[in-house]
Amino acid sequence: MVIPSEEARLVAAAKAGDSDAFAELVRATEADIYTLAYRLTGNAEDARDVAQEAYLRAFRSLKKFRGDARFSTWMYRITANCASTQLTRRSKGRHEELSDDDTIVDERPESDPETMAEAGAMRDRVTEALGDLPPILRAVVVLRDVYDLPHEAIASELGISESAAKVRLHRARRKLRERLFPTGEEKARAV
Amino acid sequence: MRSSRYFGTDGVTCDEVADALPGIVDGDDVADLDVQRHVAACLRCQAELVQYRRLLRTLHQLRTEVLEPAPGLVPEVLAAIEAAGERRAMHHLLSGRRVAYVSGIAAATAAGAAGAILASRARHRRVRLAS
Repeated sequence: MVIPSEEARLVAAAKAGDSDAFAELVRATEADIYTLAYRLTGNAEDARDVAQEAYLRAFRSLKKFRGDARFSTWMYRITANCASTQLTRRSKGRHEELSDDDTIVDERPESDPETMAEAGAMRDRVTEALGDLPPILRAVVVLRDVYDLPHEAIASELGISESAAKVRLHRARRKLRERLFPTGEEKARAV
Repeated sequence: MRSSRYFGTDGVTCDEVADALPGIVDGDDVADLDVQRHVAACLRCQAELVQYRRLLRTLHQLRTEVLEPAPGLVPEVLAAIEAAGERRAMHHLLSGRRVAYVSGIAAATAAGAAGAILASRARHRRVRLAS
């Protein structure tokens, strides 16, 4: 990761047409952007396509970047938008992917919360649960709770209203909680 | 479904609190007084709130985890940008040629029309002189 002042210098140089400076920005942020793309799309191939498209769009609209946010934050927004487009394209003709009411069933025997005390194990389980969320719920929870984007930005990049973004976020959190800490009733429902 | 038992005298059920918890856990929504009183008195809802806090904490920690893409992403990105730049340049060139082609046709048409008018005027003049 580049320090903010260095980042600002690279952005200014790239805006002035220095392609090496833009390449440097790509190198500094590629893992971060790829990670976000992977979390949003759920697979390596789509993540790579989304990251590539995001940088291409960023390069084309670099002049519009005012610098009031970090370059990486600006890239998160573009990546979210590209991932949303990619997922819409992928789900055409596959209506089940657009449903946000899928029940997440944890079929692993070790789903008792007491057996996953370690933080690392918890992170693995959260990552897995995120991957099993329907894409439209996964997108909002990743952008809000992992990458800390404001509701307004999330709504804008996903092409939905702010209230819809909030409703999806709360639904996603609830599904994740039910998956990770199921009550007796929720366990029975999942069987 | 979870049970809808009442706790205390707040008049709020656990189900109603369960609906509110995903929003109030990080201050996104403000919990009204009845919900606050209910949670303060209900161990079950307190446990659920703790689970949401733990979930959010873990989600936040994921921010520091970075996946390394397979080698070659940066060159691919730069090649795509270069290709897009070339495509754009080609498009400009072609649209420039198109403009020149259309302009040439327009100029030729205008010259032809002007020639025809001049020829017609000359013919009129010759006819007048002959008579």
